Amino acid sequence: MKKSAFLGALTVASIAASAAVAQDASTVDQIKERGKLNCGVTTGLVGFAAPDANGQWNGFDVGVCRAVAAAVLGDANAVEFVPTTGKTRFTALASGEIDMLARNTTWTFSRDVDLKFEFVGVNYYDGQGFMVAKDLGATSAKELDGATVCIQTGTTTELNLADFFRANDMSYEPVPIETNAEAQQQYLAGACDVYTTDASGLAATRATFEDPSAHVLLPEIISKEPLGPLVRHGDNNWGDVVRWTLNALVSAEELGVTSANIGELSASAGDNPEINRLLGTEGSLGEMLGLDAGWAKRAIMAGGNYGELFAKNIGEDTPIALARGLNAQWTDGGLLYSPPFR
Amino acid sequence: MYHMTSMTDPHQGQFRLSMLLYDSRYRSMTIQIIALIGFLILVFWLISNTAQNLADLGKQPSFGFMSEPAGYDINQRLLDYNSQDTHLRASLMGLLNTLLVAALGCIAATIIGVVMGVLRLSPNWIVSRLAAVYVEMFRNVPVLLWIVFTMAILIETLPAPSAFRKGEAAMKLWDTVAVTNRGVYIPEPLFSNSLGNIHLFGQSSLRFDVSLDLLAIAFVFFGGLFISRIIKRRADATQEATGDRPTTWYWRLGVVVIPTAVVLTLLGLHWGYPELKGFNFKGGTHMRNSLIALWLALSLYTGAFIAEIVRAGIMAVSKGQSEAAGALGLRSNRIMSLVILPQALRVIIPPLISNYLNLTKNSSLAIAVGYMDITGTLGGITMNQTGRELETVLLLMAVYLVISLTISGVMNWYNESVKLKER
Repeated sequence: MKKSAFLGALTVASIAASAAVAQDASTVDQIKERGKLNCGVTTGLVGFAAPDANGQWNGFDVGVCRAVAAAVLGDANAVEFVPTTGKTRFTALASGEIDMLARNTTWTFSRDVDLKFEFVGVNYYDGQGFMVAKDLGATSAKELDGATVCIQTGTTTELNLADFFRANDMSYEPVPIETNAEAQQQYLAGACDVYTTDASGLAATRATFEDPSAHVLLPEIISKEPLGPLVRHGDNNWGDVVRWTLNALVSAEELGVTSANIGELSASAGDNPEINRLLGTEGSLGEMLGLDAGWAKRAIMAGGNYGELFAKNIGEDTPIALARGLNAQWTDGGLLYSPPFR
Repeated sequence: MYHMTSMTDPHQGQFRLSMLLYDSRYRSMTIQIIALIGFLILVFWLISNTAQNLADLGKQPSFGFMSEPAGYDINQRLLDYNSQDTHLRASLMGLLNTLLVAALGCIAATIIGVVMGVLRLSPNWIVSRLAAVYVEMFRNVPVLLWIVFTMAILIETLPAPSAFRKGEAAMKLWDTVAVTNRGVYIPEPLFSNSLGNIHLFGQSSLRFDVSLDLLAIAFVFFGGLFISRIIKRRADATQEATGDRPTTWYWRLGVVVIPTAVVLTLLGLHWGYPELKGFNFKGGTHMRNSLIALWLALSLYTGAFIAEIVRAGIMAVSKGQSEAAGALGLRSNRIMSLVILPQALRVIIPPLISNYLNLTKNSSLAIAVGYMDITGTLGGITMNQTGRELETVLLLMAVYLVISLTISGVMNWYNESVKLKER
């Protein structure tokens, strides 16, 4: 009697174990069931992702999260923003704690291949730069021999830095810092001469200083940093959803679809077939993606097209004042080039 | 014959399965076996689940990444290291940094703890209150906050190197020590007739240089100490035999100091002073602000706990002991060092061990101030660059386990040697 009861318990335990090991439901279904998207962002980088005074997250990367949430759930606010550090972000994504990561993360070979992630595109073409106080008098990164350099740890930054100083036969003292806020404190107090991270991040950080004009970005850009959202391997359909949401934002700018005219353009099929396909008034692209016809329209309405997001969060009229540069449309001499919607 | 009557006779009847549950002789064993099986199932499930999930992700556990180039630089290196060295060597640098701050911290915490613990028992009201304030302040605030706070104070209050350049700050102690918000630069000993180094382990990741200069100095110094001990024993023997203690202090001092001084002169000892060059001070030994902040905060925090342990240990020695010592005419500081503390040590040492362990483990908060300990190298940059979370965390756990077990092993051995000898 007792023996069989024990064996029964053993069987139940092993069934439970095998059930837990079995494949999970698709990410889109999980998000729909949960009613919100878990999106990994930075712990706070003004312009890219930072909560405002009311606790509302804003920024360029946040815009991507909101667009995806709008496309999948129909609500741009149905996002749970999970702040991650350079160190915790990949673990959070790999473990399923977040559905996607939009945290100025550089697309590299080893992250894509070895860490088993899928970079769905590039939303900002960046490069690593240096910021120094103006009164230091340095005009080039080649003059930084012997300097103390603050680095945000857990990023590609520290490897680029090691390579740059090695290649130029210079020495330096690295000060690894966990978050942008601490790095800022050390830099402003003069505990390091140089602060290095992606040039966009430097511009964003400088914008929050009391006297931004007392600091300069050196001209050298020592690395290629294509930043983009990523998802984990294993659910290609989910990767497609995020990829094409990003492409929809880029295409919308190229096609002249803005948050101002999208209501009118999506009301009925117009003259431009690509706009029609994008906004779901023609064809069935949304269904192919496993969503409905209005997915791209909602994504664009969430915060505007790529250009609107850029201008609102990090563009030249904001304190961060980044020029479009490489991030202009290919038709304007930039690198933004969305594959066609057909 | 109480025992005989209380014992049940050996079981004669046939063994039935139900007895496993209803017979009190077997029941506890049944429960233990079931609990053990349950525990093993849980462990097996966790391991197989992890292995399965990793296999699904296509990440087979492997430690091969440890022999790949690390690619990053480390500021505080106790051995030579550059960014082309392996992750293993980078981890070794981190390990040495961990051990350095743990050792410095344990020593400082013990000194602070003993002093504060004794002061807390002082009959002087102000002194004992001040010690109480120290203990309560440090004990009741998380150590991470103390670490960050100490670092912030160092960074914000001390002058940056640029202030020295502009003449707003000056070096201390006849221009030999530079106190900056990047750390303290102190003179370093240099040898003009250096004997060189012995290179161990060739070019491997564990390569290690032993300085012959240091070996020579240590040999002469400890040899001197040994001879000094022999002189002391002789003096003790003379005192036992004749009742007169010969004056030997100049001999005892001489055999240590003179040979050491001769060796140092032969090696050509001179000092390298820090000098402001370019962005930073060059030359001298650089104690980074991260090391100082971590060391100070950990010692002050753990010192507060040790102070309480010391106080408890002293109070555990009965009052009669100090009164008896006083009646023999001993002065109060000698009563403390000869009578009270040796007895109190028996009570103090076991909880002291766990405080040393706490300090060592708390040193893993180092990354908060950018100190590159093993959590910052192996568990930080290496983990992040290779994406091997499971392997690095397992390695880290193993490292801390070994450090902790070593500390408790050594301290238990010491505890054995001071505990009450029962013969």
